[in-house]
Amino acid sequence: MAEPILDIRDLRKSFGALKATDGVSLDLRPGEIHALIGPNGAGKSTLIHQIAGSLKPDSGEIRFEGRDVKPLDVAARARLGMGRTFQVSSLAPEFSALRNVMLAVQARQGSSFRFFKPVMHDRSLTEPAHEALARVGLSDRADVSAAELSHGERRQLEIAIALALGAKAFLLDEPMAGMGPEGSQALTTFLDGLRAEAPILLIEHDMDAVFALADRISVLVYGRIIATGTVDDIRNHPAVREAYLGDGA
Amino acid sequence: MTRETTISIVIVAGLLAAAFIAQAMGETFYITLATRMAILGLAATGLNIALGLGGLVSFGHAAFFGIGGYAAGILATHAFNSEPLLLGLPGTNQMIVIWIAGAIAAGLVAVLIGLISLRTSGVYFIMITLAFAQMIYYFAISWPAYGGEDGLSIYVRNTFPGTNTLAPMSFFLICFGLLVIGLVFFALIRDSRFGAALQAGRQNDTRLAAVGIGPFRVRLVAFVISAMMTALAGALFADLNRFVSPSMFSWHMSGELIVLIIIGGVGRLAGPLAGAIVYVLFEFALGGITEHWQFFLGLILLAVVLFARGGVMGLLAGRARHG
Amino acid sequence: MSLTLLIEQILNGLQFGVMLFLMAAGLTLIFGVMGLINLAHGSLFMVGAFACATVAAATGSFWLGLVASLAAAAAAGALVEILVIRRLYERDHLDQVLATFALILIFSEGTRWVFGSFPLYLDIPQLLSGAVHLPGGAQYPIYRLAVIGVGIAVAIGLYLLIGKTRLGMRIRAGESDREMIGALGIDIGTLYTLVFALGAALAGLAGAMVGALQSVQVGMGEPVLILAFVVIVIGGIGSIKGALVGSILVGLTETLGRFLLPHVFGLFMPNSEAATVGAALASMLIYIVMALILAFRPQGLFAANA
Repeated sequence: MAEPILDIRDLRKSFGALKATDGVSLDLRPGEIHALIGPNGAGKSTLIHQIAGSLKPDSGEIRFEGRDVKPLDVAARARLGMGRTFQVSSLAPEFSALRNVMLAVQARQGSSFRFFKPVMHDRSLTEPAHEALARVGLSDRADVSAAELSHGERRQLEIAIALALGAKAFLLDEPMAGMGPEGSQALTTFLDGLRAEAPILLIEHDMDAVFALADRISVLVYGRIIATGTVDDIRNHPAVREAYLGDGA
Repeated sequence: MTRETTISIVIVAGLLAAAFIAQAMGETFYITLATRMAILGLAATGLNIALGLGGLVSFGHAAFFGIGGYAAGILATHAFNSEPLLLGLPGTNQMIVIWIAGAIAAGLVAVLIGLISLRTSGVYFIMITLAFAQMIYYFAISWPAYGGEDGLSIYVRNTFPGTNTLAPMSFFLICFGLLVIGLVFFALIRDSRFGAALQAGRQNDTRLAAVGIGPFRVRLVAFVISAMMTALAGALFADLNRFVSPSMFSWHMSGELIVLIIIGGVGRLAGPLAGAIVYVLFEFALGGITEHWQFFLGLILLAVVLFARGGVMGLLAGRARHG
Repeated sequence: MSLTLLIEQILNGLQFGVMLFLMAAGLTLIFGVMGLINLAHGSLFMVGAFACATVAAATGSFWLGLVASLAAAAAAGALVEILVIRRLYERDHLDQVLATFALILIFSEGTRWVFGSFPLYLDIPQLLSGAVHLPGGAQYPIYRLAVIGVGIAVAIGLYLLIGKTRLGMRIRAGESDREMIGALGIDIGTLYTLVFALGAALAGLAGAMVGALQSVQVGMGEPVLILAFVVIVIGGIGSIKGALVGSILVGLTETLGRFLLPHVFGLFMPNSEAATVGAALASMLIYIVMALILAFRPQGLFAANA
């Protein structure tokens, strides 16, 4: 079995008496889509925040490509190759879609302290950015400011940014949220192909997408992972049915 | 060329033309007014890097303006007295040396202030920058070696190779030249990779960090560059008045620099200069009518903030575009 | 340096501290509830001092002047809130800074217009004009002790107001959730005007009390305002408790620094030089203290909304 890219061991985080993350262990292996599901308030976002570095865990380990990333901040983890998208789109609103992606390209090139060359004439920035936009189907919206994009387009733009980063693993926080059925379908197809490029840790409420895409599923309830397994394992897991899928499955 | 660039060039050229017209009419006083506009425009352009591009509302840029001014005053005094300054180094009356010294001194202070203040944001940042500038203000008042509260005179304007700086037009051209360099520098930074990171940080620093660029370092560098440009203007201001005093460090000065940017247009290339032109004209015109002109300045400023957002550049060139 | 002198300086520091607290409490309350940074708070301090001096001069009664200072500052605060400030709540801090900076220009120049550039003088009321004996033989003015007493009374009053009353409950609700308070059926507009007027009245009270210790003149509020900023940055913006602790800390540091530092430097350099260096360093001392505190706690000692 290949070494996991992302390896989380016994992670814990409490807010006062609330155990938001209660001994979570989880890994992400090359080539896979690992879906993380759970009811609202189960601690999915708290977990993502700790992985990406915007929240500090109380204890436990987070390794990325074998390296302990706990001492690193958000930016340093992103530079290692964590490509994160946000549950609520987080973009530079005044910048065009293209410039949002270009920012990721320049970050990947490790060159933000250049003061004189105009970026819009810098093809080493614009070309990869256009490429990433084309891959998510946003080419014709390249010059529109992020603030003016539709909700669905902003989600696509977030993914284009993660692509342009050359991420070694994607952390996608509800990428389908608020998308219409057509958009979700297109995105499902896209993510299906993306796993060959880099593995995906997918947090998603859209069960159709999860069951269609996931190689493995982990179920998070009250800060604990109550089950990890294939789609079939999870569908048939009694504790999962009771705690989460209930009668809706 | 964008409309913004065109209008910026027209404003800059207009200032130059105004000085030449004043020269032709023999009105040296108006040349001095134009010089004042150029210097304040440069100071505010420096602040515009931090405030306009980076969203860093520094209420302490008078500190850097004053450091530039005192660099000119102190170096000139030592050159005048022929007393060594520090470690046996002499003073100087060469503007170029003074500019470099002033900018470096301000840059070093900006590193220290930035390291502490940039760990915070929002209102904290505003108040902390204000407090540090105030600290330097009180230091200048209570340290008697260079005049203390009374300030320091520069008996002969410092020199620049190849010109007679005492001629108003020559000194204007020096200031104007530095202003143009400052504006070009601002435009280059704005359009560069560094500028992209800086502006993205203003809009959304979570996003900036998520692509792997740490906002802190970007902001610190911007803050230092911004301070150095404002210090340069401060050195010119000292030479214009041939006098420096702690009032260059006062919080009114910091407020005035922000006011120039707001009147002109935040983050706009020629915004600070447009603001400086309007401000100096206003001060001159209204100051001639009533000694209480600041009362009316307050009213107008209030109206601009409440009802006319975008400033002069917003009126002339429309809303800002970001590629 | 004797012990009595030191006690006297400590009392002076306390008196300065409680005066700062009156300013800082209003600033921090306004920021906590409305999210607004008000540079013009120093102008309300000045309004209080001028109102007190004018009314005291006209009627011969300091006490009527004190009432006038509260009324004038509260009225000026309410008026400014209704005309200007309420348009700024939804704006960014830059707009707030600019608009309140404009208010300073208007207040300062307007006051100069009406009262001229010469300072007014305000006498300490007869009732409080004596001095008390300190242990060790020194004397200390009753008036300054009374200022300390007023500051303590205001601190207790604010604590009760915010902790125990209906208005206080609404203020706390406003701090934690601005949407919520509307949903509770509370008229936010009136609440905000009230809070602003309360903060203004405290600033006016401070101005009136200080007016009897120094001259009453245009611009007198600005140094106090900036120290009040330092206080609330140290204490944590939005926290009344932080404002109290910060005020006392700043008041004592400032006063004792000016008193002690020249003595300290006098231990290892000539006296005249020590006085110079000590005074220069003392003027920077509270800012150095602020920097040190922020280096370890960027949100201040008692961060209310970190």
